[in-house]
Amino acid sequence: MLLTTEDVKKMAYLARLGIETNDLDSYTKDLSGMLDLMTRMNELDTEGVQPMAHPLDQTQRLRVDVVTEVNQREHFQVIAPQVEEGLYLVPKVIE
Amino acid sequence: MHTNQWEVVIGLEIHTQLATKSKIFSGASTEYGAEPNTQACAVDLGFPGVLPVLNKEAVHKAVIFGMAIEAQIAPYSVFARKNYFYPDLPKGYQISQMDLPIVGVGHLDIEVDGETKRIGITRAHLEEDAGKSLHENFHGLSGIDLNRAGTPLLEIVSEPDMRSAKEAVAYMRKLHELVRYLEICDGNMQEGSFRCDANVSVRPKGQQAFGIRAEIKNINSFKFVEKAINHEIERQIELIESGGSVVQETRLYDSVKDETRSMRSKEEANDYRYFPDPDLLPVEIDEAFKAQVKAALPELPEAKKQRFKTYYQLDNESASMLTSSRALADYFEAVVKTSACEAKLCANWITGDLSAALNKADLDISESPVKATQLADLLVRISDNTISGKIAKKVFDTLWQQPNSSADDIIDAEGLKQITDTGAIEAIIDKIIAANLGQVEQYLSGKDKVFGFFVGQVMKEMQGKANPAEVNKMLLAKLKN
Repeated sequence: MLLTTEDVKKMAYLARLGIETNDLDSYTKDLSGMLDLMTRMNELDTEGVQPMAHPLDQTQRLRVDVVTEVNQREHFQVIAPQVEEGLYLVPKVIE
Repeated sequence: MHTNQWEVVIGLEIHTQLATKSKIFSGASTEYGAEPNTQACAVDLGFPGVLPVLNKEAVHKAVIFGMAIEAQIAPYSVFARKNYFYPDLPKGYQISQMDLPIVGVGHLDIEVDGETKRIGITRAHLEEDAGKSLHENFHGLSGIDLNRAGTPLLEIVSEPDMRSAKEAVAYMRKLHELVRYLEICDGNMQEGSFRCDANVSVRPKGQQAFGIRAEIKNINSFKFVEKAINHEIERQIELIESGGSVVQETRLYDSVKDETRSMRSKEEANDYRYFPDPDLLPVEIDEAFKAQVKAALPELPEAKKQRFKTYYQLDNESASMLTSSRALADYFEAVVKTSACEAKLCANWITGDLSAALNKADLDISESPVKATQLADLLVRISDNTISGKIAKKVFDTLWQQPNSSADDIIDAEGLKQITDTGAIEAIIDKIIAANLGQVEQYLSGKDKVFGFFVGQVMKEMQGKANPAEVNKMLLAKLKN
């Protein structure tokens, strides 16, 4: 297997996903299987092939620099757990 | 401490907010100072189902910058997601660029102690700014303002080419001047439009490999950059010399205590797992677009400085100062053109009296109460000997106080016209000589210094309004006879 359960735990932490200890082994097996498929693709000769940044073979359309949005603070803040003086309140984060 | 045995290595990452009206991926306003969250739209807030659409002006400004540092503009560049969790980043990722940034390798020349040094620029990439966290007064909670979220940033990454805090500051100043000159960033450091992180390491002199570096975050004034870097250098040298070793980490500069301190306990925070953003297609910049930008590019500061030196015969210092902003250079050229006076006289007045007055009043050249045409009129009166340089300073002060007047009005109203009537000057010289026969005796016996006394007496009697050259000439003739 390409991954260890420790790798999976770390990925879950970085993505802030809660994984049950019971499920760890099956996740490790499934994810390793996916990576295994990737390593098989590595056997292909991709010399001279440009890496794909997007499945659509198109380029980005650009937007003209104009302000089009109006203030909808009240509307957006209806679903916020806690607001004060126009600010969204969250558990204290200080490094 | 044996500072001279160590070599310092510094690289800077500078975040410049691009001066667009709307955000990089949404149509919300970027204007500074609005009520919290009134300029944070659904895209900026990371609501489900929204899609970012790239602002053309942000791309345009990035390309302008790339051309100004003679960098390659990527024909094909890609936006990537930089993943981390922080409340001022609602999506859980920042849209940035990783492998294919819009601006490639370029350079900027700095001057330190009269020597020119070329600093390499590794890359410059587009990304979105985060919001702001306020930690005070919310009963143990943090307040989040997302108005800044999505403001376009151009992150400019230098090579580790600087060898002292002084060089780092010179580079930062030069870059600050350049982005303002190009009008791609307002450069307002108090409002966070221009922010600097410094990577600092030391190594024994002669060693090839770099030492382990620490990153100092968010040092937002030129003064603090120098102090923070010098402090960090000292800390690292002391640490190594006492047998320890530098840890690769992020440190925060505390300007009150003048020290840096460790900011993140765990470096796992740096596992950003970049991947191409599926919401955005690759950006293609074709030759036509580049040609269009190039044609509209203003004369660059360095080229302008060289032109000022050769065409106007200015010294390096004056030329540097006058080309530090486009507005100042334009002002200078307007004065020279309108007055048709010697360029050196114009330069001296602008870098001298005018700049001093502007500094004192904390005004920008564009806000100067004395306009270029008004200064030009004043300089004309010096050149045609209507007034002396000394009287001109008086006229300038009055002009500064009364911006609607003109030099000629002030000269007339205050009777400051230089006396060119040789008869009048002669009469006063005769009077002074007659009253100071003792000094005449001294002068004739070889005490040349006494000559200055006579000039002073005559000028005083004439309230500074006589032409000094004329007084000198006539005095000399009189005393010799």
